[in-house]
Amino acid sequence: MDTRRAPRAVIDPKVRKVGFFAPPELSQSGLPDPISLPSSSLSPVMIPPPRHSSENLLHHARPLAPTVPGASSVSIEGSVVAGGSYGSSSELFPAPMSPASSSYSSSRFVGGGDGDYCLNGAAVASPGRGGGKAATSFPRGGFESPAVKASSVPASGLTTVSVVNDSSLGIRGREKADNGGGSALEAKDQATNSKQKKDKTTKAERRALQEAQRAAKAAAKAEGNKASGTVTSGTAKPAKAIKPPHKVDNSSVAVSEKKGCDRPPEKDRKKDVPQPRMQYDDESRVEKAKRRAVVKQTEARNRVELFRHLPQYEHGSLLPDLEAKFFQLDTVHPAVYKAGLQYLSGNISGSNARCIAMLQAFQDAIRDYRVPPEKTFVRDLTAKISSYVSFLIECRPLCISMGNAIKFLKTRIAKLPLTLSESESKASLHSDIERFINEKIILADKVIVKHAVTKIRDGDVLLTYGLSSAVEMILLHAHKLGKQFRVIIVDSRPQLRGKILLRRLVEKGLSCTYTQINALSYIMHEVTRVFLGASSVLSNGTVYSGVGTACVAMIAHSFRVPVLVCCEAYKFSERVQLDSICSNELGDPEVISKVLGREDVNYLDGWANTENLQLLNLIYDATPSDYISMIVTDYGMVPPTSVPVIVREYRREQLWI
Amino acid sequence: MWWRSASFILDRQQNDAALRPDTSSTITPPPPTESSSAMGLPTDHNPNISAYYQTRAAHHAVVTSDWLAQAQAAAVVAHDPPQSTSTADPDKPFSVIDVFNNWRRQPDLAEAVAAIRALAAVIRSSQASTMMQLEIELKKASDSLKAWDTTSISLTAGCDLFMRYVTRTSALEYEDFNSAKSRLIERAEKFGEISYKSRKIIAMLSQEFIFDGCTILVHGFSRVVFEVLKLAAQNKKLFRVFCTEGRPDRTGLRLSNELAKLDVPVKLVIDSAVAYTMDEVDMVFVGADGVVESGGIINMMGTYQIALVANSMNKPVYVAAESYKFARLYPLDQKDLAPALRPIDFGVPIPSKVEVERSARDYTPPQYLTLLFTDLGVLTPSVVSDELIQLYL
Repeated sequence: MDTRRAPRAVIDPKVRKVGFFAPPELSQSGLPDPISLPSSSLSPVMIPPPRHSSENLLHHARPLAPTVPGASSVSIEGSVVAGGSYGSSSELFPAPMSPASSSYSSSRFVGGGDGDYCLNGAAVASPGRGGGKAATSFPRGGFESPAVKASSVPASGLTTVSVVNDSSLGIRGREKADNGGGSALEAKDQATNSKQKKDKTTKAERRALQEAQRAAKAAAKAEGNKASGTVTSGTAKPAKAIKPPHKVDNSSVAVSEKKGCDRPPEKDRKKDVPQPRMQYDDESRVEKAKRRAVVKQTEARNRVELFRHLPQYEHGSLLPDLEAKFFQLDTVHPAVYKAGLQYLSGNISGSNARCIAMLQAFQDAIRDYRVPPEKTFVRDLTAKISSYVSFLIECRPLCISMGNAIKFLKTRIAKLPLTLSESESKASLHSDIERFINEKIILADKVIVKHAVTKIRDGDVLLTYGLSSAVEMILLHAHKLGKQFRVIIVDSRPQLRGKILLRRLVEKGLSCTYTQINALSYIMHEVTRVFLGASSVLSNGTVYSGVGTACVAMIAHSFRVPVLVCCEAYKFSERVQLDSICSNELGDPEVISKVLGREDVNYLDGWANTENLQLLNLIYDATPSDYISMIVTDYGMVPPTSVPVIVREYRREQLWI
Repeated sequence: MWWRSASFILDRQQNDAALRPDTSSTITPPPPTESSSAMGLPTDHNPNISAYYQTRAAHHAVVTSDWLAQAQAAAVVAHDPPQSTSTADPDKPFSVIDVFNNWRRQPDLAEAVAAIRALAAVIRSSQASTMMQLEIELKKASDSLKAWDTTSISLTAGCDLFMRYVTRTSALEYEDFNSAKSRLIERAEKFGEISYKSRKIIAMLSQEFIFDGCTILVHGFSRVVFEVLKLAAQNKKLFRVFCTEGRPDRTGLRLSNELAKLDVPVKLVIDSAVAYTMDEVDMVFVGADGVVESGGIINMMGTYQIALVANSMNKPVYVAAESYKFARLYPLDQKDLAPALRPIDFGVPIPSKVEVERSARDYTPPQYLTLLFTDLGVLTPSVVSDELIQLYL
């Protein structure tokens, strides 16, 4: 998977081009007389040679748009994706002043992938749910195949535009199909296009198409339990099948090549791709999911309209129910079971702790695992892990860090050499997990502490919100170094996890102030730094963290107090999220209607099922990157705009080794 | 305190006389002249004064006659700093700092180039027999250089860059040690040239942005900005330049002098008149002492306020900086930097009770900058961090 990325230790890595290399054109010709240079023509030095022929990505991304006519349910998403690729590039590089530099920046955006086409594609496609799948499940060899090299090299600026056109055309085409309107000319255009395509499909291609469809069907069935549903089945195949006519001759090469080398079948690759989230307002799918569920979940009745798509259960009955089932659930390993119960009861919370607990449970499960007769280790174990994961999801929805860790584990399992014996494989997985915990979480935290401590000066007043393990370590370490500072811990109902932090800090002798989030704007004027933890940092720099974080960050920003977010790089996500609605977690609504230890606050007792009362207990929120001054991660202190760079440069290389 | 920098200018005059023939392309360090060793400022390092800004002042400031007179008077006074005699001792073991200081004195040599040449001198004089030993020696030398002048960002960045080259170049491992060593030295020698070239590249890139009839506000003296304006003038562009005075070392005066020689219409503006003139200005051009990871810049005092004024009036702020000035720093606010102090001459005696803000630089956050012109291309501030991540991680 990583061959596409050139190894870091190449001779004269591109890295050193910064200071030591004058661009070749200039050094060869010496310094051209500045006057003879026409001021309008840009010197070649301006545009660095593309690290790879960046246009390829766009060329191959193009088939994304033509998925449109095939599956109508996907079509909108697909086209949104292609449009989104343009949008995101312009977001990363605010429109430059001159046309010349704009072409430069867009080519950099595309070529900056450094060979990680697939990753790039995924990142680009991530706004749409189905589209990401289409991009990644596109045959990987295709990106590298000789056919690609043969493709002509148009100016990258132009290609970007053409992609956008394609997509818009796709939308138009669909609209026409829907309401029968539109200009006849366009319709004809499309018709001829598709005819051409049909004529030119070779035998091999048709066969490949058939195979792909079969595989996709099987996959859809297999993943039905993950509720990926109908969306997945439509994605991969049309992308491959319907190509723009000028691509056909290339694709036959690609197809034959694809057959030649043994790549993991469609189904396996699909699992790398994040599943589209289950939409809990889709009744038929919820029904299906319920039938499979191990844990009996009763759904809370009155949910807030905006959050109907998120799961919400009555928490009261869940835990005793699950505990009672302990001896019936022999499919779930006891260690995993224990972890699940701990999630459910809230004994383990915080994304680092949950992730470590899950990985350790998996370690135990793998240790006790035996390959059933007539099954292969790799496949059966992957299925097993998947079933554990779905059990854990039933207990509590995964956080992004856990998702990343699961991805890591599955990749490691898939990459096990076939020659290894069962015990060797298990030992290797065991040590892999161990290493992941050590390097990505524990060591990463140490590095973060080392970086963040440099930003604490004597006399500082630091504010933190809730409980974050990284922030706690930073504060304790700074105290150990003898820095003189004061901490303000801001907390909020219903979890009041700040009290845990308060207790730990006061025990160590730090001087602390504890307050509720209501008093935030009052206390903010004396604060000099805000340290926040995060559950995840998304590609657009948005920080996804415990609810209330966004409020703290915004108030700090308006008081011109720098906001530092501490987050390990393994929690970074390729996703993009603009609000905290589309993906979130709903907690138990009971806890906000009752106040612990206050019997007199009983206004809502017995009102839970009242028709016109809706209780909303959100767990997470998303903080836009504008309010964040810096993200402290194990790769150093970076601005929020650089998160995609880290995801791009390190995700494939180090996390998924 | 302040006359020391002036005495440094005297040294430079002598140095220049001695050094003119041998150009900076050779890598033998300029022989420390007598006066510089006896009374040279950098060796007699005062931790309270930023050596970097002293050097800048010496190179670019306008020297008034009374300043010079005072400097001469100071030079006459027997002034023997305790450690300077020992550092100038010829038998003394090789010191990378001395070499660096000798290089630094050359006015047309960038700070990073001086740092890299000093490190090359370390390689040349090293007794190491393996690559690893050499690396360790270099590491020590660069650390001591960095510790010696913490205020100079380009020094730090230059050292880091060279160390990066040494540790990253796997090609070196396959050759025998001596050829690897000579390869490193060769690279260091070329660096001066590269630094010169990147200035030319930046000048070419920025021509697009200078249109006929525009008015450009310039702050302080920056070699790159001067190069940009010079090229624009050579390209027969019609533009007007407003130079700020650039107190306290009045580097703006120097720039206006140079521009007047090129027949560019120049208007001098005192530093406090920036907002007053901003209406007429079409763009702001500044150099940078360092470009930090957030995409902001650290530059001569006053840049921040100019950027703020320009931003509030919707005027673009362009920064010209070579890519070797990119530094792995991330200041959160103005006070988050190591203080770089500088003597300030107010012309009249200041009562001892009055405190003087002597910081020589400020930090301009990225949201006030429009574009950065670097030899890597025209970048938005957010790309700086991407480049740095690719460079150093």
